[in-house]
Amino acid sequence: MRPILMKGHERPLTFLKYNRDGDLLFSCAKDHNPTVWFADNGERLGTYHGHNGAVWSCDISFDSSRLLTGSADTTVKLWDVKRGEQLYTFKFDSPARSVDFAVGEKLAVMTTDPFMDKTSAIHVKRIAEDIEDQDNESALVIRGPTGRINRAVWGPLNKTIVSCGEDAIIRVWDPVTGQEIMSTKDHENGHKKAITSLCISDDKSHFLTGALDKSAKLWDTRTLTLIKTYVTERPVNAVTMSPLLDHVVSPASGWDGIEKIRPEDGVDQLGTADQVVLGGGQDASSVTTTDHRAGKFEAKFYDKILQQEIGGVKGHFGPINALAFNPDGKSFASGGEDGYVRLHHFDPDYFNIKL
Amino acid sequence: MQNGGQTTNKLRWGELDEDEGEDLDFLLPPKQVIGPDENGIKKVIEYKFNDDGNKVKLTTKTRVRKVAKAHLSKKAIERRSWPKFGDAVQEDVGARLTMVSTEEIALERPQPPGTKQEENKSASDNPFGKGAVLMVCRTCGKRGDHWTSRCPYKDLAQPPESLVDKPPTDGPAAAAPATKGAYIPPSLRAGAERPSTDMRRRNEENSVRVTNLSEDTREADLHELFRPFGQITRVYVAIDQKTGLSRGFGFVNFANREDAERAINKLNGYGYDSLILRVEWATPRAS
Repeated sequence: MRPILMKGHERPLTFLKYNRDGDLLFSCAKDHNPTVWFADNGERLGTYHGHNGAVWSCDISFDSSRLLTGSADTTVKLWDVKRGEQLYTFKFDSPARSVDFAVGEKLAVMTTDPFMDKTSAIHVKRIAEDIEDQDNESALVIRGPTGRINRAVWGPLNKTIVSCGEDAIIRVWDPVTGQEIMSTKDHENGHKKAITSLCISDDKSHFLTGALDKSAKLWDTRTLTLIKTYVTERPVNAVTMSPLLDHVVSPASGWDGIEKIRPEDGVDQLGTADQVVLGGGQDASSVTTTDHRAGKFEAKFYDKILQQEIGGVKGHFGPINALAFNPDGKSFASGGEDGYVRLHHFDPDYFNIKL
Repeated sequence: MQNGGQTTNKLRWGELDEDEGEDLDFLLPPKQVIGPDENGIKKVIEYKFNDDGNKVKLTTKTRVRKVAKAHLSKKAIERRSWPKFGDAVQEDVGARLTMVSTEEIALERPQPPGTKQEENKSASDNPFGKGAVLMVCRTCGKRGDHWTSRCPYKDLAQPPESLVDKPPTDGPAAAAPATKGAYIPPSLRAGAERPSTDMRRRNEENSVRVTNLSEDTREADLHELFRPFGQITRVYVAIDQKTGLSRGFGFVNFANREDAERAINKLNGYGYDSLILRVEWATPRAS
C-alpha cells in the first residue's frame, strides 16, 4: 500500500480520531490547532483555532456536528465541526488531557493533569443541547488516582467510567456517585508501568490498554478480567483495534503502533482474523541515539485471539504517538513524533492474512 | 506651501513603489481550476508576480486518485462539499500538505526466528547449492547456470588448468587436513548452529584488498573480475565523495577462504585497465 502523508502539524501528533461514518479524520498535535482531514484522500478540510497550548485529545459527536478538544492551556473546547468555530470553553485549574462524549452526548468525561499542588481529576460535565444553556459546572469530580490520568472513557450504557494512567492501575468508576467500583490494583497480571493509551471496542464489551511495560492487554469491561496480553519489545504509546478483523494493535509507548483488524464482513464469520494494532517505540528523548532501521517506529499488528504478531508497518521517522482505525476497518491512520499523519488504505491481500 | 507639497509628492511616489506589487495583484487573472477530467487530471492555473515584477503563469497539474471506494452515507457526501475553514482556506497550490508516499509500504510479516540465518549458513557452506547439477562450467566452476562454451567469464579468466589447478603451496596443506580427520571445533562441524557473530568474523577473514585500481573502476567491475573464483558476499570500492571517482582501492569478500586464496594468487599482479593490480589479504581493522 502507498500511505498518504499529511503534513499539517508542525509539532508531534498526540491523538487521532475518526468520526462515526469514517469520512473525517481529526488530528491533535502539540501545535495548538486541531485539524480535520477527509479520510479517503487526505485532503485538509479545516483547522480549529483558539487553543493556546498542546492539544492532547478530542472526541466527535455521533452526528459529526460537534468536536470536543482537551488542551494543556487548561481548557476543553467545544467546536462546531463544520465552520470551525468555538461554541464553548470549559475552564479548569490544570491542563486537560482526555475527553470523551457519553453515548447520547448529554455528558462528557474530561480529565485534568496534576499541576502545582493540584492532583489529577476526572470531571463529568453536562453538555447542553442548546449551546446557550451550557455551563461550566461539573456534575461530578473524582480525585484519587496519583499521577496523570492518561485516558478516561465511558463504559457500556454510560453506567461506568474506565480510567487509566501513570499509576498503572485501571479503575472503573460509578459516574453518578463517583465511587470506585473495581480496579486492577491487586491484579497480579496487571500493567507494571504507566498506561499510555486505552481503546474501547465499538460495543464497549472489552478494551485494550497499552503501557510502558512493553505490553498491551485486553480486558473485559464488565468484570475487569484480563482476557489477553500482547507482548512487544518496546514501550507502547498507542493502541487500536480493528472493527472489522480480529486483529489487535498492541500499544507501543513512544514508538510502536499496534492495531486491530478484522476480516471483511462475511469473509470470516467466526472471526478467526481478529487483529490488534499497537504503536510505540522508545522515548522521544532517546530517538536521536537510535537508528530508525532498528524498526522501533513501526505499527505492529497482532492477532487478537492468538496473541501472535501478524506484521509491522513502517514509515515514521519517530515514535508513533497516535493510532486510529477507520470504523470500516479498511484503513488506519498513525501519527508520529515526526509531525506526520500517515493514512494507510489496506491492500486486498491484507484481508486474507492467515497465521 | 511649495516645500510641503513637494515632500508629500515624494512620499506618494515612495508609497506607490512599495504598494505596487500588492495593488497589481488585483490586475492578475483569477485562479483557474480545470478538471478533474475522466483521467483524474486536475489543472490549476495561477498568476503571480515574481521578484522582478514580471507576470508569471503557474500551471500545476495533479492527478486525483481515488484511493478507496467508500460507501459514504448521505451526510458524509454532504460533508464532502463543506467549505474549507481555518488554515485550509488559503492553501497555495505549492503547499503540498497531503502527499501520496512514493514508497510502497507493505505489512511486513514477522520472520520466524532462525530462517534467515539458516539460509545464509547453507549458502556460505555450499555456494553451489544443495542438489548436484549436471551442468558444470569448467571455466568458472558455476553449476547449473551455463555450459563451459557459453561462460560469460571465459574471456576474463585464464584456461581452467592455470586457474584452478595451481593452488598456492600452502593451500592444500591448509585445506586438505580439514577434510581428513583433523580436529574441527564443534561450532564449525557440519550441521552445527553457527551464531551470526561467528559468521561475520569468518567473512571478514575472507576479505581481500585490491589496490591500484583505475579511477573509473566500479563495484560491478570488481564483481565481474572476481566472480569466476567463487561466491562473493560483498564488493566494496572506495569512492571519493567529492569527485565521485574511485580512490584506487576496494575490498572483495568471498564466502570461502579457498576461493579468496585462489583469487589472490591469480589476480595479484594482473593487468587491469592498464594498471597492475595488487591483491592481498585485507588486514583486520584495528579494533
